[in-house]
Amino acid sequence: MNAPQAPSPAVTDPLIIAGRAYRSRLLVGTGKYKDFAETRAAVVASGAEIVTVAIRRTNVGQDANAPSLVDALSPSEFAYLPNTAGCYTADDAVRTLRLARELLDGHTLVKLEVLGDPHTLFPNVRETLTAAETLVKEGFQVMVYTSDDPIVARELEAIGCVAIMPLASLIGSGMGILNPWNLKLIIEAAKVPVLVDAGVGTASDAAIAMELGCSGVLMNTALAAARDPVRMARAMRLAVEAGREAFLAGRMPRKFYAASPSSPTTGLIG
Amino acid sequence: MELTINGKARTFDRPVATVADVVRALALEGKRIAVERNGEIVPRSRYADTAVGDADHLEIVGAVGGG
Repeated sequence: MNAPQAPSPAVTDPLIIAGRAYRSRLLVGTGKYKDFAETRAAVVASGAEIVTVAIRRTNVGQDANAPSLVDALSPSEFAYLPNTAGCYTADDAVRTLRLARELLDGHTLVKLEVLGDPHTLFPNVRETLTAAETLVKEGFQVMVYTSDDPIVARELEAIGCVAIMPLASLIGSGMGILNPWNLKLIIEAAKVPVLVDAGVGTASDAAIAMELGCSGVLMNTALAAARDPVRMARAMRLAVEAGREAFLAGRMPRKFYAASPSSPTTGLIG
Repeated sequence: MELTINGKARTFDRPVATVADVVRALALEGKRIAVERNGEIVPRSRYADTAVGDADHLEIVGAVGGG
């Protein structure tokens, strides 16, 4: 008996952001893991090439040889995407990313997020737009976290952001894709990649985002807060690939009922 | 000399004249960091010739895990 052929690699179409091609459409954060070993294991299992990092004050005066993120995930091995998590004003976000550019030797691909509320972590769109304008003028390639408002998405694209990243639900909530119709409107109108950022809780959420036509998905808590983060990272890799393939394949139309069985209606016995 | 580093006052036993001296005194040499002096970024290539003076504010940042 012939063994079935090994399946060909599922995804061959690259994700292109700011002119650079990536194999993986899954971007992952590096926070909230129990230690750097788990961070690395989860990131590797996810297949992600782009990893978000936060910029924070160095613990001066403490053990300078304590393990650090850059030891676990080398910036030469992964594309670092510095974020502005925790920033509530455009000024703070811009300042953070200028430091990130210096920190990462002139690296310009960044994730802008300006929060509006510490309780919900909902984005402050006004400050986000202001920061995006400044950053684009200064030569940054801005992937921008925003609400799922199609008009705001259009304005961020017009400013020159290289990717629009609407929330699917609140950061860290794991509530999944709450408004697929808004996401669809954003995807249809955008000429730059649209990535769901925030709200994915489990693999089906990531697959749904991709089936809607998202170019990618960015997540952190869904992996880090899973009982087995490394296994969930693998699940998310498969879900993003499956969702992308389903989107490219084009799903069958939904019908209330089929009246068209999959088996022949002729040749029945009796 | 007293400097404010990452929001905290800090004195140095030995004299520090430049950003490079501060980085060395804090055992951060060769680490992946970025430095701001009084709100202005100091490029790594300029540590040695950027003077620090009493009451200067330095921010020293690095990359940490985040989403």
